[in-house]
Amino acid sequence: MFMYEFLTSIQLYNFLKGPMVWIAFIVFLCGSIYRVSSLAVLAKRDRVVYPYLSLKYAFRSFLHWLVPFGSRNMRLHPWMTLFAFVFHIGIFILPIFLYPHIVLWQQAWGIRWWSLPENVADIATIIMILCCMFFLLRRIFAPEVRLVTYASDYLLLAIVAAPFVTGFMAFHQIIEPYRVIVSLHMLLGEIMLMAIPFSRLGHMLTFWLTRAHTGSEFGVFRHSRDY
Amino acid sequence: MMTMHRKIVSDPGFDETIKTLAPEKIAHTINYVLQKEAAARLKAYVETCIHCGLCNEACHFYVSYDRDPSYSPVAKVRQTIWDMMKKKGKVDAETLKTYARIGFTECNICRRCSMYCPFGIDIGYMMILVRRICGLLKVAPLYLQDQGYSHMYTYSQSWVAQDDWVDTVQFVEEELRMDIRNARIPLDKEGAEFMYSPHSLEAKFKTNLLSNIAKIMNVARADWTMPSFDGWDSTNQSMHLGDYETMGMVERMHFDAAFKLRVKKIVTSECGHSFRAAIYDGSRVLGWKEPPITYLQPTQLFYEFVRDGRIKIAQKLSEPVTVQDPCSIVRNRGLGQMLRSVVKAACEDFREVEPKLEHNFCCTAGSGVINYGPPWKFLRMEGGRVKIEQLQSTGAKIVIAPCHSCHKTIEEMIDYYKVNMHVMFISELLVKTMEIPDDLKPAQSGKAET
Repeated sequence: MFMYEFLTSIQLYNFLKGPMVWIAFIVFLCGSIYRVSSLAVLAKRDRVVYPYLSLKYAFRSFLHWLVPFGSRNMRLHPWMTLFAFVFHIGIFILPIFLYPHIVLWQQAWGIRWWSLPENVADIATIIMILCCMFFLLRRIFAPEVRLVTYASDYLLLAIVAAPFVTGFMAFHQIIEPYRVIVSLHMLLGEIMLMAIPFSRLGHMLTFWLTRAHTGSEFGVFRHSRDY
Repeated sequence: MMTMHRKIVSDPGFDETIKTLAPEKIAHTINYVLQKEAAARLKAYVETCIHCGLCNEACHFYVSYDRDPSYSPVAKVRQTIWDMMKKKGKVDAETLKTYARIGFTECNICRRCSMYCPFGIDIGYMMILVRRICGLLKVAPLYLQDQGYSHMYTYSQSWVAQDDWVDTVQFVEEELRMDIRNARIPLDKEGAEFMYSPHSLEAKFKTNLLSNIAKIMNVARADWTMPSFDGWDSTNQSMHLGDYETMGMVERMHFDAAFKLRVKKIVTSECGHSFRAAIYDGSRVLGWKEPPITYLQPTQLFYEFVRDGRIKIAQKLSEPVTVQDPCSIVRNRGLGQMLRSVVKAACEDFREVEPKLEHNFCCTAGSGVINYGPPWKFLRMEGGRVKIEQLQSTGAKIVIAPCHSCHKTIEEMIDYYKVNMHVMFISELLVKTMEIPDDLKPAQSGKAET
């Protein structure tokens, strides 16, 4: 009974909508800066990283791995490439251009921008959930992926999928009262944001570092392509 | 959860040495290498890997063993580096043997997987760390350890001492004069353009290869030399053992020989690993960004000779020919187009391979695996199945492989899989097809030499 009151309380809702957002963004930003800068400092000890770095070849590498089917391996795994690209584009576009999110920005800071039409956003959310399902099934049924899957991999997938699942439920008001699911949605979104610098979700940050190194190494020294 | 089917192989380098290892020593070595020597790259790679399993297609072992997931690159990291980190180095000798088996015998450090990982994670680098750890603890294939000791003792890979070397050169020169009039193999010629640095096998039982190179140099009228003193051997098996100290020493001897003779360029033998050791691992250990002297693989030299008309092709080869792109010179240095250019100049019917250039599959003998001796031959034969299938599908009868490891293992696979094919070095191809100028043709028998 207490739990029910807590979850439906306006105080929790206001906390998650206000201070907790600040906390989540600060943790995310500071954590990210720490993660990237600590690696950048450590890379000095690895004497072979900085001397070979090249902007040109780093960007050649980024380009080939950020354009769908830009590398041979993506062409070898067309389904994975499709789902992975849709998912990674969606995880940026959807939260930023979702109308209810923009309304919150407007209420807080009075700023607003273009938003996705309601039905488009709804379908996109379903697609995102399907992508997560694809990743989950791949982890369970593809032997080469199952072999390197740990409990933490399922947890990470759950952390990423949860905001989309709860967001979808909130939009369709599947659970009553509405405020419970919205609070849950906000909490899970904030957890995901804070988890990025401190988990393997941080590949969002380190992608640029490892790719820049490998791309430069291949371009500057090995005179061959890394895609 | 994890099923690994592996043949039991008895190799004293693994089985005997683990008996003497104390757990504290293992833990100390693992932690020293992972925490003191490895830095940002290891940390970034381990923390970035999202366990997606997309690197599997890159590995020739994975493909050849019917997509057995335990051969996928990330599975090898899981069974070695992740395991060591999780246990903080506290592992028993049997586990160390498993690490060594994976690091030494199930990865050729061809670095194809770093081209297939979406994050560009250099899995080869992590396998080098595994080799480093096991090498420091002397848990490595016996044959490879033997060659490591040979480098320490004779500065050559196969116990060829300096006096043997000079003797070999002299009889090769004498024999060469039957084909080339007044052929010379100049030793210790100061200020020459090239210093040719052979594979130690060329001084031991493959002297015909040394003879081929000498023939080409004579026909191209190159200003070349070789050192009579230590540093003549370009090989470096210590690199494969993870013995950076000996590797650095061997490379320094090698560069020093060139500086002593004041030559302009070093040309290594048609070998992949010695090229990699000199320009990549060795140079970096010695603190050079690029090798301190222009360092050529024969592919580059022959390309220049053919392009500049110093070598003319008299009679092109008529059989269908394809190429093997050795990892150390193509993926690691982009010499694939030069290789094709020479082969096309000397052959009428060139067949392209698929996948080609940097996407080519490793021959399964790279990074010392060719030298592990009879106990491990099955591994190269089984792991190279995809290689022989790839070469067979071109329909070629001759494979040009400018690398000792590729050459030997493909020749053995041809025998093992009963394929109608033959492997040649580029030097062999040129010797067969090049034009020998009249003034270099040996005098007719019966006539006095002038």
